[in-house]
Amino acid sequence: MEAFNDRNVSNGYYKLDIEDYPTTAWGKFKRVVRRTFRGELFVGLWVVMREMIKFDVHTVQYPLEKMPIGPRYRAVHEMKRLWESEAERCIGCGLCEKICISNCIQMDTKIDENSRKEVSEYTINLGRCIFCGYCAEVCPELAITHGGEYENGSEQREHYIDYAGMLTPLEMMTQGKQQEFEGFGAITPHEDAGVKKTPLSY
Amino acid sequence: MSNITINIDGKEIQTQEGEFVLNAARANDIFIPAICYLSRCSPTLACRICLVEVDGKQAYACNAKSKDGMSITTSTENIEKERRAIMEVYDVNHPLQCGVCDQSGECELQNYTLEMGVDSQSYTVKDVDRSSHDWGHLHYDPGLCIVCERCVTACKDMIGDNSLTTIARGSDPLEAVYKEEMPKDAYAMWNKLNKSVIGLTNGTDVLDCTSCGECASVCPVGALVDTEFMYKSNAWELKQVPATCGHCSAGCQISYETKHTSVDNPEDKIYRVMNEWNYVSLCGAGRYGYDYQNADVAKDETAFNNAVEAFKKADTIKFTSTITNEEALILEKLKEKFGYKLVNNEAKSFQTFLANYATLSGTRLYSSDLKEVANSNFIVSIGAALKTDNPNARYALNNSLTVNKGAGLYFHPVNDPIINGLSKNLMSIAHKPLQEEAALYLLLDLFADKEALPSDIVDYLASFHSTKTITVEETVKEKVIEIVKEMKLNEETGLEEEVEVEKSKMVPKKVSKEVEVDDNRLLSLLGAEDSFTETLEKFLKKKETFSLMVGADLYNHPNAKNCARLVALIEKYSAFKIVMIPTLTNTLGVSLINTLSDDEASSYSIGYNIKGDFTLSALGDGDLDMPAINQQEGTLTSINKRVNPTNVAIGYGGYVLNDIANALGLNAELTVDYTKELPTSKGFKAESFDDLPNHYTNAGVEMRGYELKNMGRKSSTDESVSKIDEELALNENLIYFANPVRQFSEFTNKTTDLDEVSGIYMSEEFLSNSELNAGDSVRVKSDNGEVTATIVSDNKIAGDIVLIPSFDSKLNLEALFSGYRFATASIEKV
Repeated sequence: MEAFNDRNVSNGYYKLDIEDYPTTAWGKFKRVVRRTFRGELFVGLWVVMREMIKFDVHTVQYPLEKMPIGPRYRAVHEMKRLWESEAERCIGCGLCEKICISNCIQMDTKIDENSRKEVSEYTINLGRCIFCGYCAEVCPELAITHGGEYENGSEQREHYIDYAGMLTPLEMMTQGKQQEFEGFGAITPHEDAGVKKTPLSY
Repeated sequence: MSNITINIDGKEIQTQEGEFVLNAARANDIFIPAICYLSRCSPTLACRICLVEVDGKQAYACNAKSKDGMSITTSTENIEKERRAIMEVYDVNHPLQCGVCDQSGECELQNYTLEMGVDSQSYTVKDVDRSSHDWGHLHYDPGLCIVCERCVTACKDMIGDNSLTTIARGSDPLEAVYKEEMPKDAYAMWNKLNKSVIGLTNGTDVLDCTSCGECASVCPVGALVDTEFMYKSNAWELKQVPATCGHCSAGCQISYETKHTSVDNPEDKIYRVMNEWNYVSLCGAGRYGYDYQNADVAKDETAFNNAVEAFKKADTIKFTSTITNEEALILEKLKEKFGYKLVNNEAKSFQTFLANYATLSGTRLYSSDLKEVANSNFIVSIGAALKTDNPNARYALNNSLTVNKGAGLYFHPVNDPIINGLSKNLMSIAHKPLQEEAALYLLLDLFADKEALPSDIVDYLASFHSTKTITVEETVKEKVIEIVKEMKLNEETGLEEEVEVEKSKMVPKKVSKEVEVDDNRLLSLLGAEDSFTETLEKFLKKKETFSLMVGADLYNHPNAKNCARLVALIEKYSAFKIVMIPTLTNTLGVSLINTLSDDEASSYSIGYNIKGDFTLSALGDGDLDMPAINQQEGTLTSINKRVNPTNVAIGYGGYVLNDIANALGLNAELTVDYTKELPTSKGFKAESFDDLPNHYTNAGVEMRGYELKNMGRKSSTDESVSKIDEELALNENLIYFANPVRQFSEFTNKTTDLDEVSGIYMSEEFLSNSELNAGDSVRVKSDNGEVTATIVSDNKIAGDIVLIPSFDSKLNLEALFSGYRFATASIEKV
């Protein structure tokens, strides 16, 4: 209790040994001169010079070269298709629209000719998106996910992508190249163990 | 009914004797789960989840009546077990498609499944084919249906269409082990549920009803959905705008649910209309007629300046009653300032009728409202096409008939199969037009206190009575002794021989008797059936509360003044309480606020929602645009004598009446600044708009705006009424000025979902007996005018009176009438 009762917060703190700020004009001038002509500047310049000459480059040569992106990286969204039928996974439940904390997802749904719910419009305003991953996490169908595409520089503050732009192209499906997202919302190992089975009369 | 105290979970609460425990609990914010129960309707007992313990015995809260000193426990271990089992049963074979279900987010199955903590399933039954049905304006998915029968109950007890029923599901019986294993009530509920789904009573797969959509509104799950709304939006995306329906005088509580139109269009759009279905029921127009806004209006300065000029020039303002109280007050203030004549024929006749009634009754307003009608048990309607003039009046009548064991009389010349179908305890009397006074006299004759009634009226009523001798055939059982020959074995001889035996038996015999009976000529005048007196006697058993609804046929009657006085006399000398059905949305408000003049020739007139020399129109077809009711804030006065607030659902970019008034020298920033200035001398209160509530409490108390004060006035001692003019009756080739189901005005006609065809409406019976066919173009000619229109076949009316609607003003069908709603006309093919 002693520790709680002692409200002298300065205990355990110590003061840095910082010289006082110059107050006179002459003092200030002396400080500028001292800082300007220190040799540290040339130390830095020498490092750059040395590395330039050695051609042993450690930085990534972007945009010629790109870092590999991890499977859990949260960049521009993708809309996945079902492996079996190649149909769109999105059922238009609107949970991503609801959960989006920066309010950047909007969708329109309607009834299609087969009396099923169809997404007629779907946009994400990347200018607002903070790539938090909630939409991917909430999606019950693993339809909306993040992808590895992070180059979404734009001249305008508002930058929309639409449904068709996010959807896995069909040729990618035929080649079997659709990548499952391993980040938020993905199925975790041993998921089956936690499932309570519903009995059936069949 | 007396006040009693009951104890729920240790809390002492006050309630009425005989009130259902569930309602008493709800009124005191005590939660008892319930799915199938609808306030105002009779308990269905389908879900059984409202199980409680009353004085140690299990009972259903929705049909257990409160008794003084009762002690109720809402939850015991056994009850919890039952409730959990019930929710598990509801989840059996329920598709896991919440993601696409329209009800998701406001689904009672979702809510209660979570509430009861159902996280696993222990019961199973083989499912049957339950594919969905398109019933026209509704979509039914039996797969999602939990057969709580709320739709059936609402349709039967509130609406009266009786269009829905339960039909066989055709499934396998439940496994026998469940009967032993399962909690008792859960098993019983499942056993019933497993045998039924919802179907239509008309045997087809398309609904043929008055299309109110109340069934979809009460559906706790996504089984019944409005076809138009299906898959359009999730419930949680919609913004609720509390409002008052602007189509008829019922002034129903509604909330417009709005959202941006689409991804490309951020403009707000109304997606659907919802209501507090436990306390108010909508009609088809209220529910589906929401997009009548005056869209895409910008401020047109030239038109506005023209309007101001026109107001300076005009001497008359014509308007309809589809305006708010505040607008009516602005018009009245302009009239005071500039001496305009305000012309509104329909409100004028209502105003005059009210005034004539008031001179005898001593109150400015009628005494009752629709809630009281629903709670009374003997109802008479005179002079109103109840089904279409004010659907809520019909619901109130039906509610009394079905839930309150009520009975009623419906006096109207037009035969109405919907009204006739409400109950067998309702008798329709199709009298001849212009004989409404006879119906009023009949009520005086049957129900008035003859001792108190002025003697000349008593004498007049007595003059209708005579005794006549009729021959009655009676069946009397008579003892007849007959001698029958029988074969009998003679024991001595061993031979069979004929013996005569005397036998007596009772034989029914028809006897004609001459009986003296009272003959009431009023009945034959009204064309009532011979059995009227007998049926009425049956109807009147155990009836204590009486209501009389009167409608627009009386206001525009040539002897309207006499009708009004008779109505006042009925109220004064009998147990009847009166409701008058105002003709249009705000007719009551207008007739209280405005000083109206007769329609006379004018040099220059302004028309508001009606054609004038300069027309202001919320329909978008005038010289200056005005906002429609769903784009305005303001108050509307309803049939229940309430001043109900309504809010802006859809934005409006143009000028409003207040802008014109300000340009002409009045000074108010907003139209609703006038709310607190509504005339207190007429019963309004000086309350500002923002202080008006618009909701119902858990006890069902209407907290909407405020109720008008029924101001007293000096009543006259002259109680004379004139006699019936029997010659006046209209006989043949009748036309009647009324709208078909779901239509009220040009505004309902403008909406996309209400697709009634404009034309003149004839019953199927009439069409099959004539040479005319639906779709024919005909010329209708009356003493007042002539119009050409198309014939529409309508199975919601019967008989041979032709319905002439007003909802399409382009046809100008009003020209056929001279005030009174009936006329004679010739109809010929062109």
